[in-house]
Amino acid sequence: MRQVNNVAAFQSWQDELMKSRNPNARIIIISSGTCGIANGSKFIIEALTEQIRKHNLDSQVSLRVTGCLSFCQIEPLIEIQPESILYTGVKPEDVPEIMEQTIKNKKIIERLLYIDPVTGKKVTYADEIPFYNKQSRIISGDNLKIDPTKIEDYISIGGYSALAKALSTMKPEAIIDMIKKSGLRGRGGGGFPAGVKWESCHKAHGDLKYVICNADEGDPGAYANRGLLEGNPHSVLEGMIIGAYAIGSNIGYIYIRDEYPLAVELFENAIKQAEECGLLGRNILGSGFNFVMNINRGGGAFVCGESSALMASLEGKIGEPRAKYIHMVERGLYDRPSCLNNVETWANIPLILNKDVDWFTKIGTGDVTNNPWGGSKGTKIFSLVGKVNNTGLVEVPMGITLREIVYGIGGGIRGNKRFKAVQTGGPSGGCIPDKLLDLQVDYDRLTEAGSMMGSGGMIVMDEYGCMVDVACYFLNFLREESCGKCVPCREGIERMWEILNDICEGRGQKGNIELLMELSEMVKDSALCQLGATAPNPVLTTLKYFYDEYEAHIKEEKCPAGVCKALIHYTIDEVSCKGCGACVKSCPGEAISGEKKKPHKIDQERCIKCGVCIDTCKFESVKIIPGRHPSVKKELVNV
Amino acid sequence: MPITTMPTGLTELEKVDEIIESHYWEESALIGILQDVQREFNYLPRPLLKHIAQRLDIPLNRIYSVATFYRAFTLKPRGKYTISACLGTACHVRGGKRVVEELERRLGIKAPDTTNDLKYSLQAVNCLGACALGPVVVVNGEYHAQITPKKVSGILKQYQ
Ligand SMILES: Cc1cc2nc3c(=O)[nH]c(=O)nc-3n(C[C@H](O)[C@H](O)[C@H](O)COP(=O)(O)O)c2cc1C
Ligand code: FES
Repeated sequence: MRQVNNVAAFQSWQDELMKSRNPNARIIIISSGTCGIANGSKFIIEALTEQIRKHNLDSQVSLRVTGCLSFCQIEPLIEIQPESILYTGVKPEDVPEIMEQTIKNKKIIERLLYIDPVTGKKVTYADEIPFYNKQSRIISGDNLKIDPTKIEDYISIGGYSALAKALSTMKPEAIIDMIKKSGLRGRGGGGFPAGVKWESCHKAHGDLKYVICNADEGDPGAYANRGLLEGNPHSVLEGMIIGAYAIGSNIGYIYIRDEYPLAVELFENAIKQAEECGLLGRNILGSGFNFVMNINRGGGAFVCGESSALMASLEGKIGEPRAKYIHMVERGLYDRPSCLNNVETWANIPLILNKDVDWFTKIGTGDVTNNPWGGSKGTKIFSLVGKVNNTGLVEVPMGITLREIVYGIGGGIRGNKRFKAVQTGGPSGGCIPDKLLDLQVDYDRLTEAGSMMGSGGMIVMDEYGCMVDVACYFLNFLREESCGKCVPCREGIERMWEILNDICEGRGQKGNIELLMELSEMVKDSALCQLGATAPNPVLTTLKYFYDEYEAHIKEEKCPAGVCKALIHYTIDEVSCKGCGACVKSCPGEAISGEKKKPHKIDQERCIKCGVCIDTCKFESVKIIPGRHPSVKKELVNV
Repeated sequence: MPITTMPTGLTELEKVDEIIESHYWEESALIGILQDVQREFNYLPRPLLKHIAQRLDIPLNRIYSVATFYRAFTLKPRGKYTISACLGTACHVRGGKRVVEELERRLGIKAPDTTNDLKYSLQAVNCLGACALGPVVVVNGEYHAQITPKKVSGILKQYQ
């Protein structure tokens, strides 16, 4: 690896690397982040390597193993350059055919093409797929161009030039000013303007200051940060070095969740390489600026994503938040000025420096010229998951409508079901109903709707999603994750969960809803940290938009969506049941019986509603009916 | 627990010392030390925690408070196979709970627990970061995507 100890040396190295990129080269790109590996990408890589060797194709085609390419659902996926032919669901057995047909004879293999769920047509090229071409992949798009284990790849697409520019031509104040003017707001939580935070930390007194990257990504259902760390770790690292220089910090930390071992490994590697080249460590590029980076792995506590708890955890303590009258930018980690930003916030920094403020502020909503809170600028990466056709990571400009995300990019709801709600903002967020599908997605609109941007989870639910169950789910999550330091959160959330759980298990009573509202207000106003203060959001939004469903559970003793076990029963449709007996064999409760070739029946008292029969039945004859079966007494319902 | 010799030729306590040293004997690295010890021994055995307390010169209760606060740590021996079934939001809305229930029924234990023969440990976790593939089940680091209750027995068969 080259060592560069001044800006000119770096630039000449970068020029060389840029020139070495041939846009017409034949490259097979294979997506191999955690999802890719989960779907077997490693076996495809093996097969590809072997085939290239076997056919002596080394000089004609090369292999690029990248991080996550965002379209996780159709993995393992490979993209063949320069045409950008996209093959999905590739198996090792397909590899010889790909070599023979596509690489040697330039023929497309129809069978491996993506089928658009909306039109039902096959699509050959990646940029013709709405999932990709309706996004604005200014950050995540680079994942395709680089092997995350190679710093040279990152430098060859312009990486670290923002750092070189900052160190050689910009004063710290000028960088801070630029980030302020860009209107960049924090991508990890409340959307605090990054430039404002940097400025306070820059001005705070202290001999030692810290910059910290929040990669705890505890919001269940969100994995956008993982996508960036695995796909382009150097972009996050470069952002942090620039931030450290602007703030006046020489020590940085990244707090990565323990559930992301691959991200930890790739980030460790990125740090090592940057140190070896002279882009990290002592006297970076001869500027006299020193910066070292440390990695800490999280311990699996959601509350540790909160800034003060995260810093306590970095100190090796239990992750309890503290009251916010002392600001982290003044007294954070080890009581020293500390600047914490999310992974995606850091990844935006090199981009803003390279492309300039005007370019950045053209994307998004509002006006941030004089007020960094005046709008939402740039893009946001969401993890679009749940009941949509196309699931994966989507990067969209702020201000795009929910409808465009769910229907345009997501291809609508799976199995032609009806859209019911989309949950954003994780446990601190809320459920947004169909009447708000035209809502513009930015920090302020989401907050107005009672939800939050959060760290970018977007979980789509169809008509078979129960809103009371979802509220109960989040409260259960928060009840377990509450650190227990303050009473409103520890006890209040517990009580709220008990009520919701009673409703879901068929013990709902008159007055429950009012009590829930009252508790919500109390917890919101008096909890110590934002975990507690936002905990009622899932309850409040579902009550606001789906009141009927609560009533159906309590008054009619029915779960209209067919989810809450105590308030539903299973039956077999006599007309479509062929009496094949498959369900009888699979039923763990031995609750199904019937003669061969005659419609079968479910013994309601034995049925535990596990759903195995639904999975087993080829004729879709097993149905879930809202409400208890009339023959089963309330006390005897299997929950 | 008797002090035994590890395959590497080090005793368990020497191995722990090695881990502590790699963290420069820093009290602030306690979480990292415990993570490495757990990675090595599969759980946090009490004698080793006592040893860490002595080496770092901190009270044992401080170690216990950390070891019991964070979900990642376990004080009980775990099975040969650790099964993590995801109940994150994305997996939940696609029926993750039914998968966990099926696992519990097949293994005869409730999450989080370990079978008596120390073969399987089952835990329900909040998001494994593969949300697009939900419901997700991970066994000793290997991912299994889009799991239904029906697929559960097939997965367990792979880990005997
Ligand atoms: C309970 C709780 C959990 C949080 N989890 C995360 C997280 O996983 N990732 C994250 O970046 N921010 C999380 N935050 C927000 C952080 O406290 C903090 O605002 C953020 O990391 C600041 O970075 P940003 O300004 O770049 O968003 C969480 C906040 C709370 C209250
Ligand atoms: S919600 Fe299950 S992997 Fe994220």
